[in-house]
Amino acid sequence: MNDFQIKKAAKVYDVAIVGSGAGGGMAAYTLSKAGANVVLLEAGGYYDPKDPKYITQLKWPYESPRRGAGTTRPFGDFDAAWGGWEIEGEPYTSKPGTEFHWFRSRMLGGRTNHWGRISLRFGPDDFKRKSLTGIGEDWPIGYDDVSPYYDRVDKLIGVFGSKENIRNEPDGIFLPPPRPRLHELMLKKAAKGLNIPVIPSRLSILTKPINEERGQCFYCAQCGRACQVYADFSSSSVLVIPALKTGKVTLINNAMVREVTTDQNTGKASGVSYVDTVSMKEMSVQAKVVVLAASACESARLLLNSKSQRFPNGLANSSNVIGKYLNDSTGASRGAFVPALMDRKRYNEDGVGGMHVFTPWWLDNSKLDFPRGYHIEYWGGMGMPAYGFGWGIEGLNGKIPGRDGKPKPAGGYGASLKDDFRRFYGAYVGMAGRGEPVPLESNYCEIDPNTVDKYGIPVLRFHYKWSDYEVKQAKHMQDTFEEIIHSMGGIALGNKPTAENNYGLEAPGKIIHEVGTVRMGSDPKTSALNKFQQAHDVKNLFVVDAGAFPSQGDKNVTWTILACSMRTSEYITDQVKQNNL
Amino acid sequence: MKRRETLKTITLSSLGLAGLNPQVAEADKLMLPDEPVKVPGGRQKFEAIRDAKLKLDKFFTPHELQTVTILADIIIPADSKSGSASQAGVPAFIEFMMKDQPRMQTPMRGGLRWLDNQCTKRYGKPFALCPKTQQIEMVDMIAYPEQAKPEVSQGVAFFNMMRGFVATGFFTSKMGIEDIGYKGNTPNNWEGVPEDVLKQYGLSYDG
Repeated sequence: MNDFQIKKAAKVYDVAIVGSGAGGGMAAYTLSKAGANVVLLEAGGYYDPKDPKYITQLKWPYESPRRGAGTTRPFGDFDAAWGGWEIEGEPYTSKPGTEFHWFRSRMLGGRTNHWGRISLRFGPDDFKRKSLTGIGEDWPIGYDDVSPYYDRVDKLIGVFGSKENIRNEPDGIFLPPPRPRLHELMLKKAAKGLNIPVIPSRLSILTKPINEERGQCFYCAQCGRACQVYADFSSSSVLVIPALKTGKVTLINNAMVREVTTDQNTGKASGVSYVDTVSMKEMSVQAKVVVLAASACESARLLLNSKSQRFPNGLANSSNVIGKYLNDSTGASRGAFVPALMDRKRYNEDGVGGMHVFTPWWLDNSKLDFPRGYHIEYWGGMGMPAYGFGWGIEGLNGKIPGRDGKPKPAGGYGASLKDDFRRFYGAYVGMAGRGEPVPLESNYCEIDPNTVDKYGIPVLRFHYKWSDYEVKQAKHMQDTFEEIIHSMGGIALGNKPTAENNYGLEAPGKIIHEVGTVRMGSDPKTSALNKFQQAHDVKNLFVVDAGAFPSQGDKNVTWTILACSMRTSEYITDQVKQNNL
Repeated sequence: MKRRETLKTITLSSLGLAGLNPQVAEADKLMLPDEPVKVPGGRQKFEAIRDAKLKLDKFFTPHELQTVTILADIIIPADSKSGSASQAGVPAFIEFMMKDQPRMQTPMRGGLRWLDNQCTKRYGKPFALCPKTQQIEMVDMIAYPEQAKPEVSQGVAFFNMMRGFVATGFFTSKMGIEDIGYKGNTPNNWEGVPEDVLKQYGLSYDG
């Protein structure tokens, strides 16, 4: 048998979708419900959060020989995401002096299986940053274009939150939010004294049932492990599996897409070719419309690798913009110890997965020395002990008097140390800023001329450096964190990050919110997609992941991916009806 | 879906087997030759194979393991509330971590050698063979980073690492979780901070 013979399926699908995360899942759901015959290609395996084969939820740390350490999964043994920043046989590179860390999750539902469920709408300003500040880029659409889709996503998928009437933090159609935990009430009180707002978080977790298929949150705090009763949003459980039930979707797992194929006469996309990662056979499918949702960088890679005589520098890339303007959220964090929380009464305060309250951006950048905002996420409380518990106590217990009120030397051992762990349990809090970066042409991914992955597909090479904008923002975060910590009577842990370490600004890619590599815009010379996320150059080709987004606000982009993918999917249905594709 | 049904849907596999370690059970089966690796729930196949292989491997020598066990029980001894680190299985956990994250091997093995060398110089015997009073005297020299003499700084670094491993190993064990009083990891209905706790901290949900 000749392995290089490409097996071509005879069937021509209405739509081929590459990737089953938020964007691809929503496209598969919307298009199949509209009656289209869809083929959905996913590079990883099948995954269903309710199948015991995959369940990690409600397991104890001692059910893992490494107590949940992150040896094979970056967020630990119990995290739902397969893959990570490093995947064997699938390298990427970076240009000297720059770095980008690329998190990939090869599985049905992709990274939605483990994400924080933070479901924020962009505000009106987030679409118009260039007009407002002179730097960055505007979207070709505004809040009013997306708002009806946000509403429908809220109703279809479910999100809790509270009506706050903050202009650039639009309210949604919310389920009731969970009450704050003890440390969250303390944070709220401390921040209030500093005029920093703390409001209920907005997470896609069902605090009330919304339909027959999905259960209600039972408060185990483990959304990162994916929910076996489907009480949180994962693309696998909430979109793809229901889409499969329509009978209109053919799911092909373990399909690593190599190229978008094109008809050289018409210049239209004709389908995709892929490697079956199990048999290592070369395969292809044909479709009338191709929708990419492989993730920002993977979709860019796919287009750049889809070269042909007609499209010599990659498909849909006459602008040469594909790969450029890559941007990830900024991130910086600080932990603290709160003596008032020592010797706490024990009770179950797991709550939902993640924070019950957060701080939306509250200042005016025109009065600051950096142009974009950030929000603050909080953690703390009496959580389940995990790998790493107790490390570094020698940095703290010398500062805290013993039960007899007398100071103790740092470190130690024995009964007195054992007692410290008990006394300190539940008295830690932490906070992290997640901010908007300014997208720059000089931050990009491109095809590495020398390197291929194990499938022979040329890999990405990254060039990414934070600018002064992001570094100054991180400095502001650190100052704010200390103010909040001191205001609540806490002891900030570790040394305050300084200019030497970029104020603790995480390396690009570490926050896993990358966008911008196949951006939409009104001008085909400076954008790859039009305002419906349709390629300017190839009318039956669409991108519905965050690659299409010119910027990301200080809002985690999943909710916007979902809303925009729904919008594009309906546009596709409409255009097919009008025979325009 | 109604709440009661939600709770019914939670599978037995995630609730019932809390006391057993399915991965240990699976790895044990591997001892039989030619038996294919059974992948425990929640693991990928490559992870199951890797875990099983690690279990078959050995890192610590009997002497090293003995030293680790003595140190672990000095760091977390039994008291009126719970047992000691070794009773909670901490040495086996540390043994596994050495194989799982090989970068820890040199600091651990080297640290144990450092300790034995110091004890041999001072007391004429490796740590494990010293009487308890000498063991404690040695530990006192390296257990308090801010008071320790500069010439034992490597010992301080080693003891910090050991303290971390022992604390994690103990408090992530069944015994340690009971000791610390963690009450969660079970279906429930979060209704907020208990009234008496709110009162204790002078906080409320109004305003």
